Amino acid sequence: MKRVVITGIGALTAIGNSVPEYLEGLRQGRSGATPITQFDAEKFKTQFACEVKDWDPTTRVDKREARRQDRYTLMALYTADEALEMAGLLGEDRQTIASVDPDRAGCIWASGIGGLQSLEEQIEIFDAGDGTPRYNPFMIPRMIANMGAGHISMRYNLRGPSYATVSACASGGHALAAAADDIRLGRADVMVTGGSEAVISKVAIGGFNSMKALSTRNDDPASASRPYDADRDGFVLGEGAGALVLESLEHAQARGATILAEIGGYAASSDAYHISAPHPEGTGAKMAMLNAMKDAGLSPEQVDYINTHGTSTPLGDTAELKAIQLAFGESVYDLNISSTKSMTGHLLGAAAAIESIACVLAIQHDFIPPTINHFTDDPAIDPKLNLTFNEAVERPVSVALSNTFGFGGHNSATIFKRFAE
Amino acid sequence: MASIEEKVKQIIVDKLGVDESEVTRDASFQNDLGADSLDTVELIMEFEKEFDISIPDEQAENIQTVGQAVTYLESSVEK
Repeated sequence: MKRVVITGIGALTAIGNSVPEYLEGLRQGRSGATPITQFDAEKFKTQFACEVKDWDPTTRVDKREARRQDRYTLMALYTADEALEMAGLLGEDRQTIASVDPDRAGCIWASGIGGLQSLEEQIEIFDAGDGTPRYNPFMIPRMIANMGAGHISMRYNLRGPSYATVSACASGGHALAAAADDIRLGRADVMVTGGSEAVISKVAIGGFNSMKALSTRNDDPASASRPYDADRDGFVLGEGAGALVLESLEHAQARGATILAEIGGYAASSDAYHISAPHPEGTGAKMAMLNAMKDAGLSPEQVDYINTHGTSTPLGDTAELKAIQLAFGESVYDLNISSTKSMTGHLLGAAAAIESIACVLAIQHDFIPPTINHFTDDPAIDPKLNLTFNEAVERPVSVALSNTFGFGGHNSATIFKRFAE
Repeated sequence: MASIEEKVKQIIVDKLGVDESEVTRDASFQNDLGADSLDTVELIMEFEKEFDISIPDEQAENIQTVGQAVTYLESSVEK
């Protein structure tokens, strides 16, 4: 099997609209949660979210495309552009890739939901009319969840495999694993992967509210996402995107690319238990982590950092920590653990993408991003665990693991490691 | 009040993201202004909305240029 390295990353989040800004937000422990501006949330139980701020897609995406596309595919194109630029793979016209055979390059891109805002808008227009259907001809292509992959492949002429993975909040993890497989098995030399999500909308906020999944701390949005705190009351919805350029080691070396990190291994598993609740013993999550370490040929004591799924829900946070303790045994106390969702909110299908990038940045810059908003210890959580509360920690990071779990009981774990020959 | 021609041109500029100077009467949506078949459908729907009329599919198929749109709309809207 071929080794898989990362040569470019791109990020768009509520705490930063580029990789350098995102890195700064992670280091500073910045919260991205603010009152919702994308619709009137006055009557909603939750009136805040982690919205992307001051973002102009046309700095990286053609104006005409910006008008035609859903926010989620614009975010996909925007971050893919940053990642390909960093990887040194953009042609001079910035419209095609260079230094790679287009038939050997592809894109596997995740979205948990797709273009929900475009669908909502068109349903509202229909409902306000006299019953005559006047659906916009772009509604379907704006809405379907595979269009991130479709637009990236079209924009850059990537003619290898392209498709989407959908596994709710684990979608980005599965996309990364599928893209890495294509390189490992020699089917492609370069794969763009990641995920994007933009559903800060009436239907999503209202639907998650009905599930009692969201924090309702409207009086203090910035402190609402508080994973592992005794008073956590649900997740904070986020939006944004993360892109990673994966490449076979030999292809990257042959063109003299800068290698940011290597993908050590990955695994997926299922809880086979409940549509939204995690297995109380964390059995599926434990298997994903153990199998990812096995795939990477690493033992628990070699892992320095776990970026958790840690959404700030009462059940999910403790089930995941239980799984981590079962998977890592005594070496769990040597680890740093943190949930960057405390800062970015939960990006659903894009969560794994931006959290994978947090792991790459942790390895590049030898630091652990914090779990912000810790006020009160939860008596159900082992106090000896190092959950990196409130402030970033400087620490050499050679191996980082990212967990993501989705409604439906889908689990994914990915291991990133410092590149060495 | 803006003329039918001015309104038609504004819709085309908005929807296709083209420069106003390109939107001449002879300009073809697909050959000159970069529209694809979905863009053309969207333009027809925008004309229907703006002028509060219904354009039958067989008529819509004959509207391929800016001039054809203006001519059709001028005759339909005045009726």
